[in-house]
Amino acid sequence: MFDLSVVTKAIFGRLSLESFPIHEPILIVTFIAVLLGGGALVAGLTYFRLWGYLWREWFTTVDHKRIGIMYMILGLIMLLRGFADAIMMRLQQAMAFGGSEGYLNAHHYDQIFTAHGVIMIFFVAMPMVTGLMNYIVPLQIGARDVSFPFLNNFSFWMTAGGAVLVMMSLFVGEFARTGWLAYPPLSGIGYSPDVGVDYYIWALQVAGVGTLLSGVNLVCTIVKMRAPGMTMMKMPVFTWTSLCTNVLIVAAFPVLTAVLVLLSLDRYVGTNFFTNDLGGSPMMYVNLIWIWGHPEVYILILPAFGIFSEVTSTFSGKKLFGYTSMVYATVVITILSYLVWLHHFFTMGSGASVNSFFGITTMIISIPTGAKIFNWLFTMYRGRIRFELPMMWTVAFMLTFVIGGMTGVLLAVPPADFVLHNSLFLIAHFHNVIIGGVLFGLFAGIVYWWPKAFGFRLDPFWGKLSFWFWVIGFYVAFMPLYVLGLMGVTRRLRVFEDPSLQIWFQVAAVGAFLIFLGIAAFLIQIAVSVLRRNELRETSGDPWDGRTLEWATSSPPPDYNFAFTPVIHDNDAWWDMKKRGYLRPQDGFKAIHMPSNTGAGIILAGLSVVLAFALIWYIWWLAAVSFIGLLVVAIGHTFNYSRDFYIPAAEVVRTENERTRLLSGQVKA
Amino acid sequence: MSRSRLLALLPLTAALSGCDLVVLNPSGDVASQQGQLVVVSTLLMLLIIVPVMALTVLFAWRYRQSNTKARYEPEWDHSTQLELVIWAAPLLIIIVLGALTWMTTHLLDPYRPIERIAANRPVPAEAKTLEIDVVALDWKWLFLYPEYGIAAVNEVAAPVDRPIRFNITSSSVMNSFYIPALAGQIYAMPGMQTQLHAVINQPGAYKGFSANYSGAGFSGMRFTFHGMVDGGFERWVSEVKAGGGALDRNGYLQLERPSENEPVRRYGTVEAGLFKAILNMCVEPGKMCMNDMAAIDARGGLGMAGIHITMPLLYDKHARRGAVFGPEPRDVIGICTVAELVPELVPDLVADLAAPEPAPELAAPLLGAGLPRPSTP
Repeated sequence: MFDLSVVTKAIFGRLSLESFPIHEPILIVTFIAVLLGGGALVAGLTYFRLWGYLWREWFTTVDHKRIGIMYMILGLIMLLRGFADAIMMRLQQAMAFGGSEGYLNAHHYDQIFTAHGVIMIFFVAMPMVTGLMNYIVPLQIGARDVSFPFLNNFSFWMTAGGAVLVMMSLFVGEFARTGWLAYPPLSGIGYSPDVGVDYYIWALQVAGVGTLLSGVNLVCTIVKMRAPGMTMMKMPVFTWTSLCTNVLIVAAFPVLTAVLVLLSLDRYVGTNFFTNDLGGSPMMYVNLIWIWGHPEVYILILPAFGIFSEVTSTFSGKKLFGYTSMVYATVVITILSYLVWLHHFFTMGSGASVNSFFGITTMIISIPTGAKIFNWLFTMYRGRIRFELPMMWTVAFMLTFVIGGMTGVLLAVPPADFVLHNSLFLIAHFHNVIIGGVLFGLFAGIVYWWPKAFGFRLDPFWGKLSFWFWVIGFYVAFMPLYVLGLMGVTRRLRVFEDPSLQIWFQVAAVGAFLIFLGIAAFLIQIAVSVLRRNELRETSGDPWDGRTLEWATSSPPPDYNFAFTPVIHDNDAWWDMKKRGYLRPQDGFKAIHMPSNTGAGIILAGLSVVLAFALIWYIWWLAAVSFIGLLVVAIGHTFNYSRDFYIPAAEVVRTENERTRLLSGQVKA
Repeated sequence: MSRSRLLALLPLTAALSGCDLVVLNPSGDVASQQGQLVVVSTLLMLLIIVPVMALTVLFAWRYRQSNTKARYEPEWDHSTQLELVIWAAPLLIIIVLGALTWMTTHLLDPYRPIERIAANRPVPAEAKTLEIDVVALDWKWLFLYPEYGIAAVNEVAAPVDRPIRFNITSSSVMNSFYIPALAGQIYAMPGMQTQLHAVINQPGAYKGFSANYSGAGFSGMRFTFHGMVDGGFERWVSEVKAGGGALDRNGYLQLERPSENEPVRRYGTVEAGLFKAILNMCVEPGKMCMNDMAAIDARGGLGMAGIHITMPLLYDKHARRGAVFGPEPRDVIGICTVAELVPELVPDLVADLAAPEPAPELAAPLLGAGLPRPSTP
């Protein structure tokens, strides 16, 4: 007789019926909801015969604009998941007092805070930032697409693949219970023998490929594809911050990849890089992951700084104050962001001189950052400020971010960090800068560039509602955490002893609920605006009296962005063109050379997800098959010679004439 | 400093009456210096933050679109004087804060023995530092008193105004040892020792906990730190001693198994050298201590004799580490020459070995099969 378990193990690896969390009622309900919602979506798409359209026009697209929009959708969907985690944590911490265990067991709660961090950074902030850069940068520099359009599609699908793996861990197996940076030895195989950390590793590795390649792509695009006349010091500030961000990505993400490879070697083949004994050093992991992790913070915030620069100058109706110093500040921040990583673990026991060095380099970053704040301030000075939504987000950012910056510099003083490290004060600090900086920036950017992408504005009423819920909700949710931190309460606790703390957690939970209303209002804003799109229609292509090149083309821009490549004379290129009475060319259009769509990106990413899944569950045959599949498709794609086509001149003429008709139809001041 | 601190706390205390901001108002001298630093640094930064926030509101209001009386200069985008000010002002503050940081980081380095018990009260010459060895376990704290030969779980005590040195390690994963009322935290890491110097100035029972997430039982990883007046501490020590209970290596191996929400436990006697063994991860019999291994490595290894130590090297605390493709645990039960091998059992191997292969090949590497030994050419 043969042993059946050997066969099932060979086929399914570690995967068994016990791997499905049927003992967790919360997950069962979520699963049913996802099943119903997903089923309805699939049925709807099938009923309206949209699959072919989606495949041809979206999934296989190499158009940077559509890929940018897909990144934003991915970020938004994952925001809902990440926020669901947040509100569950807030509820648990508001309830678990006076002997109550709350409603989450440790196994579930520990996954939730890990997933919240991972999702919000890697699958909300990163895709949204990348999405905006993808959409806007080529338009701002007068290019027709990015340098490597296929790579762009592939990068997006790899990022989405990582997100799929994280979502999969919800229903098949479990996610890591280690905190979002998975410090060993806790994340080593000895203390986390389950699939959670493997999901973590492979989700980040798959998504990391996408992030790195998209970084290479955008650096190349900005360096090589600027319109004639646009020297480096004539680039819009958002393009500058994008350049610095992508340089950071290219330099930092390989470190993350390497450190996760070492961790997976420890977990899969029994090496001892980060184990306690046999010469391993967990401290090495902590150093390496923060050598990636700190630049990552600036990868997120720099594009937001770029957005605020564009918004402030546009809505103040003024040139950006101190463009040159703004650019140098960005570059200085980029370089300094590599010299501060140790401030994340002053308490690890480095000597006083090492700690002081990293504390002081951290403080030095606040100088260029402060200069940026002043530059926005003096852009507003003697301006004519229109308080549209993007500008409201910007002012809220300026007032909120300086508080987060101040607590950040405070945490950079090592002896102060000793009493505040890992406390809720720290949690309040980084939410203060990530929500008050990155997220407010993203919202400003979304509202600002929405008309460009879709040809109609977003409804201001629901937008303002969302704004106020978000801003007030942020303060109500996180100011209590500052106080709790000063009361010596540490992070990641599931139950509490001291009943006097409860009220603060309850207030914070109310804040989280206000933020929930903010997110809801934002979604309603999008829905309402789509329904009322004809009233909100914007035909000029330049709804805010913009200054940079993206406003020179139609909304939404044609596939080819610009019929003729513009020539740049000033850093506010479009403002300069308007001032000098620029006339749109009406004839002489030529056929335009464009890249063709391809399904290779989504297929490769799909195979990568299968490979990762197989590695997570030790299904070795599937890993081998999917890896070979990856090679075959990747090599096969190099033999695809139908990679480009020409948009015929007649079609360009038709598109441009349509725009001429629209422009003449509207009254422009 | 104390006056400015009080002033700063005034609005705070009004708003937060009834809540205990232990970080700003602790009971140990080290923590109170750290708390003061928090306040002073904040005040220093407020010098620039407040004007920036005020200007933001002012400019946003004054230059709103509807206020047509305000000056509008759409082309004004540069001013060298202003640029100088906006780079210099934060720079000046950071210079001051940086100097403060350098000084306080060195003065309040947790490794540095304290020089004062409180402000204007230097440590008396005859004061003897109280040594406390701390071990973070899954998920509780073990405190050993080498001076008194006692130990306690989730309870630690020290006399008021006597300098304390904590020697901190962990048995399995990273934790952070933190008593907010006493002094700032420092990580507890397996196989490594960190130190913390501190002093408690007021008697009382203070909360202590782990400030670095360490797994399922992390929330319950709490202990009480008792600051005791002099006689009280001696009484506590003799109580613990009288209470009996012995902590030996076997007892420790039982104790270090994961458990949650442990009650206080006391041990009247402790096996000698236990903390050193914990620190070097060799409490289990047969396991080689890390310091011994490091000493051997420092001399370039043991050559052939090293083969006897594979067993202690492959030790792992709770189970085999479990990597799928990792080497199986191996055990060398003896070494022999080719001639001593029983030819009937392994004829091929004997034939192989009889061939003119260099003899040292027999001594297979400990790990990473196939790596040449340093002595072979």
